[in-house]
Amino acid sequence: MSSETSTVTSEQPPSTADTELTLRLPGESQKSETKPTKRRFSDLTDLKLGGNNESDTECSVVTRSTPAKERVVGWPPVRSHRKNMMKKDCKYVKVAVDGAPYLRKVDLELYSGYQQLLCGFEHLFSCFTIRNVLNERKLMDPVNGMEYVPTYEDKEGDWMLVGDVPWMMFVESCKRIRLMKNSEAVNGSVLTRRDFGRWASKIGSWKLLV
Amino acid sequence: MDLNQKRTRTVDRVDSVDPDLVSPESTPMCPFPDEVLEPVLSLINSHKDRSSVSLVCKDWYNAERWSRRHVFIGNCYSVSPEIVVGRFPKIRSVTLKGKPRFSDFNLVPEDWGADVYPWLSVLAKAYPFLEELRLKRMAVSDESLEFLAMNFPEFKALSLLSCDGFSTDGLKAIATHCRNLAELDIQENGIDDLGGDWLSCFPETLTTLQVLNFASLNSEVSFSDLEKLVTRCKSLRVLKVNRTINLDQLQKLLLRAPQLTELGTGTFTQDLVTRPVADLEATFGSCKNLLTISGLWDTNSLYLPVIYPACASLTFLNLSCAALRSFELAMLLIHCKSLRRLWVLDTVGDMGLEAVGSWCPLLEELRVFPADPFEQENVAGVTESGFVAVSRGCPKLHYVLYFCHQMTNAAVATVVQNCPGFTHFRLCIMNLGQPDYVTNEPMDEAFGAVVRTCPNLQRLAVSGLLTDLTFEYIGKYAKNLEILSVAFAGSSDLGLKYVLGGCPRLRKLEIRDCPFGNAALLSGLTKYESMRSLWMSACNLTMNGCRVLAKEMPRLNVEVMKDEDSEDSQAHKVYIYRTVAGPRRDAPPFVLTL
Repeated sequence: MSSETSTVTSEQPPSTADTELTLRLPGESQKSETKPTKRRFSDLTDLKLGGNNESDTECSVVTRSTPAKERVVGWPPVRSHRKNMMKKDCKYVKVAVDGAPYLRKVDLELYSGYQQLLCGFEHLFSCFTIRNVLNERKLMDPVNGMEYVPTYEDKEGDWMLVGDVPWMMFVESCKRIRLMKNSEAVNGSVLTRRDFGRWASKIGSWKLLV
Repeated sequence: MDLNQKRTRTVDRVDSVDPDLVSPESTPMCPFPDEVLEPVLSLINSHKDRSSVSLVCKDWYNAERWSRRHVFIGNCYSVSPEIVVGRFPKIRSVTLKGKPRFSDFNLVPEDWGADVYPWLSVLAKAYPFLEELRLKRMAVSDESLEFLAMNFPEFKALSLLSCDGFSTDGLKAIATHCRNLAELDIQENGIDDLGGDWLSCFPETLTTLQVLNFASLNSEVSFSDLEKLVTRCKSLRVLKVNRTINLDQLQKLLLRAPQLTELGTGTFTQDLVTRPVADLEATFGSCKNLLTISGLWDTNSLYLPVIYPACASLTFLNLSCAALRSFELAMLLIHCKSLRRLWVLDTVGDMGLEAVGSWCPLLEELRVFPADPFEQENVAGVTESGFVAVSRGCPKLHYVLYFCHQMTNAAVATVVQNCPGFTHFRLCIMNLGQPDYVTNEPMDEAFGAVVRTCPNLQRLAVSGLLTDLTFEYIGKYAKNLEILSVAFAGSSDLGLKYVLGGCPRLRKLEIRDCPFGNAALLSGLTKYESMRSLWMSACNLTMNGCRVLAKEMPRLNVEVMKDEDSEDSQAHKVYIYRTVAGPRRDAPPFVLTL
């Protein structure tokens, strides 16, 4: 076996069900049968092998009907480093800041987590700093003292608070981002002050920047 | 040359570990005085040769241990740091490897071990003038990197490959405190990239850098600091930047460092052309010493040609980050007549590989990586015909890593007939259990042909539908095989028994998802002490079988990794290795040493 790439799911360790191979003919339903992990290989070796037509069909079952959704942990043996490197699509999303005359675009694929994203906002909108205020870290405009809350629109059209879901899930579902003025966010009951504090602490340790 | 004098000198330097050497009755077996022996032995660099030297006689053992400057430890748990420093008093360079290789593919849980810190604390006392540290698959924390930076004033070279547990904060410590740093090589690690300001931590007084590789980091660095660093480090020969460095910036760097021998570019395209392409081309032309080019992210037909002027002397071209099409590769390779090593993505297709065969007669190594490894339908990629085309045009090919979706026994047989000098043959047919797609037979004959035709084969990775016959061939013919990787293959215990019964030089064996059980495991009892390690996961091993092995072979560590999902009697992941250090003292709760 060879090096380079890997990773199936990054969110949770794969359960036995995730890693099992099942065989089914093309056109059959997606319901997967549970087979004991140890025995799955014998399903493949039980196939008749030879030159006749029957085995052609059976072998084609092996090669073509493995459902695309089911993956085996660590197969093909490609390192995660390589897999991450070969992201073909950039995930560019619009970023709107309340009160700014024009929008920006960021490529979410360039960031490896929420912390980097917020640093990215800092660079994009040079008016922002990430401030440590009373143990809550927020995006802040020091000129007018306004706090901004990053929110995003997901695939279903709902406006969500950035930071609740694992990073990869966020990248997958985010359509656009809006940095809302905190007062509006609070009053518009997108979130309460307590939610905001909880969110801030969830993001983890950021650098203190002035 | 007074033999009595020499004996006394030997006795003076004896340490408490070797009381035999104190015996006055020991007759010197070799006539060389130490003044001759040590300088001669100091010229020997290969650690295998040094091991052989140390076994000749006690004088040579002593001379060897005092003259050794570099120690290579292939499994950090096979020996303790105390034993190493006890034997070798004058080490300046250490190479350490930790986790089993399958950890690269997420088969080893986090917190398994291989922490470098315990090593560092011992090395700091014994080798305060340590200069080089090369780590592979070790757990490295920021604290460890800080410790390294603060405790080794002569430290010169750090190489981290496939390590994890640290962040760019650790790199900051290295950059800030290592005043004599010559090499910083960060590759493919599980690193927490908190930003690019680590690069700005290099002091303005640092001029000794020769190797700088940060290609695998994501964050942007300060370009002006990078440019200043490159300008003042006149001995810089290897520079591999990350994707955030654009073409304009790259050009500036190249103008500052025309002496580079290895270059890793950043993103190799741009939306707005601020400088004519001809300028870039001229800059590449002025780099007369380039042997290696890598990076080339996002490149296309417009920008790739700027490297043509530098291609004639290239020996290694790494295009594994550039999704080239066949004609783009072909146009490029026309200029690469000296190429010995080539890494590409399978986007180049069979036609691209035909170009390889046509234009690269000196090629020795080819690696073809999958651009879309998890895509199972509508996949393009490369097939057996590309493989054969390369073998026809490149008779010196001896290293191949080939990811594909289909293969035939006949094609592999043809390939090895054209290139019988294979030392490393790693074939990955990505669809599990895939037979020869033309004949529908297992791929046994393919690997049979490989082991029969290639007497120098050291490393083999097998894939596709395989029965025990493959392993019978391997055991019978692969006399020089040292590393074998097996996944989803074999029909019964016989498969593993064949391998363990043959392959006299086997050192590393890694197996996953094969129907090999206790009987097979125990058939290799006597062999495991001559091997570095054995990994078996998702096979048919049980705890009892592993316990029997552990009982019979006390100088092996037999470690079982418990899985929540597997039954208590099953040994789901087993890692067996020889050791003189006894059972691990730092094993996490899910690792049981039997």
